[in-house]
Amino acid sequence: MAEKIDLLSKFNPLIQEREALLSTGVMDPYAIVMDEVKSPTEAICNGKETILLGTYNYMGMTFDDDVLQAGKEALDNFGAGTTGSRVLNGTYQGHRECEDALKEFYDMDHAIVFSTGYLANLGIISALAGKDDYIILDIDSHASIYDGCAMGNAQIVAFKHNDVDALEKRLRRLPEDAGKLVILEGVYSMLGDVAPLKEMVALCKEYGAMILVDEAHSMGFIGENGRGVCEEAGVIDDVDFIIGTFSKSVGTVGGFVVSNHPQFEIMRLVSRPYIFTASLPPSVVATAATSIRKLMHSGNKRAHLWENSKTLHQGLRDMGYKLGTPEAQSGIIAVIVEDMMQGAMLWQALLKNGLYVNLARPPATPHGMTLLRCSLCAEHTAEQVQKILGMFEAAGKEVGVI
Amino acid sequence: MSGNEAMFEQIKQLIDPFNKKEINLSRDTRFADDLEWDSLTVMDFVAAVEDEYDIIITMNMQAEIENVGQLADAVEKLNG
Repeated sequence: MAEKIDLLSKFNPLIQEREALLSTGVMDPYAIVMDEVKSPTEAICNGKETILLGTYNYMGMTFDDDVLQAGKEALDNFGAGTTGSRVLNGTYQGHRECEDALKEFYDMDHAIVFSTGYLANLGIISALAGKDDYIILDIDSHASIYDGCAMGNAQIVAFKHNDVDALEKRLRRLPEDAGKLVILEGVYSMLGDVAPLKEMVALCKEYGAMILVDEAHSMGFIGENGRGVCEEAGVIDDVDFIIGTFSKSVGTVGGFVVSNHPQFEIMRLVSRPYIFTASLPPSVVATAATSIRKLMHSGNKRAHLWENSKTLHQGLRDMGYKLGTPEAQSGIIAVIVEDMMQGAMLWQALLKNGLYVNLARPPATPHGMTLLRCSLCAEHTAEQVQKILGMFEAAGKEVGVI
Repeated sequence: MSGNEAMFEQIKQLIDPFNKKEINLSRDTRFADDLEWDSLTVMDFVAAVEDEYDIIITMNMQAEIENVGQLADAVEKLNG
């Protein structure tokens, strides 16, 4: 009998690296349990009262009274789940209401809801770009964008992060008669920096490329109506597809694409991640639809979130922390730490003092950086932001980062 | 010198500024294993080659290119 080859052995280097890190006594960053969640900004985390500063819950909709009520009613009236695909028995009234809310939110003709934001990218990118088409993307694109590319069989061309000239050179070199899809993100989640969409969208128009913008981290917050960086940059009418998620500002789970393309609905018949998975539960789409409608009228919350983001950025910079952007550009403030060990120590010191942030490390991070990513919430009070700054000062000095 | 050898010499010159470990280059030198380039270095190097010849080396093509000789062949084909 032949010897069985252990397919998990390829992960040995990673297993060893992880064991080495944990053997130093650092807590496992991937073993956090939220025992109790008190509000969008506070939880009992591994038994300790903790301020949440790494949840992407930008608009604090997770505990909104109207949102919760809508979810409870849908649970009672439509049951716990749909047990089916959108194209079979899985399209309920709630899914349609959710798509209607999105069309109104973005003022666009079409909206399709997917089961997650990851699946929305997978489903749209793989369906849009065929074998002889080109996808031109930012090198720092999210994993779901790369996975969408891998699932299709288009030609993939990457350009340097947020580099307008690098994009222009690549568009110029591609065959004029080839189909082209340029994929951009409004806010890049690792550093919290914003794409120069005005310049990039103008280039795409000039070279006849279709444009898809992932606004996962800007929906609900950036732009006058919270439509994202496209709106803020004044180019939303020139963008062909906007992809987003319900798991950030909207406060639940799910993904979507909106478009004004007259033939957009055909995506429902050709997108495998739309067809071959169960649709979102009725309670989820009910909470999403209610939340999206409330986000249309949340100008005051958007203003408060900007204040929080700017205050945290300024405060951390004044302490001597190295940050991902020269000024606050989004709801994400990324603290850059020189090495992974020091990053893990700082992360642990913050958590012990009652502050949760995201620890991000290579290979998910650009340039091999270790990042402590903070994402602010419109429900963080000014006092909480000051408390957070105090925690960063104490932990940074304890670990020797500042 | 055949056309391909000339291309190999040109590629060698483009590699030089990125060859921090000063590895002796042959057609069989591998980018990941021998030069130990990370993804960022690969991106900067590919951009330098693309700019030199005004070509595009797609990520699909890059996945097939492991060593210097394969790159010289690919660039010659794209440049032809």
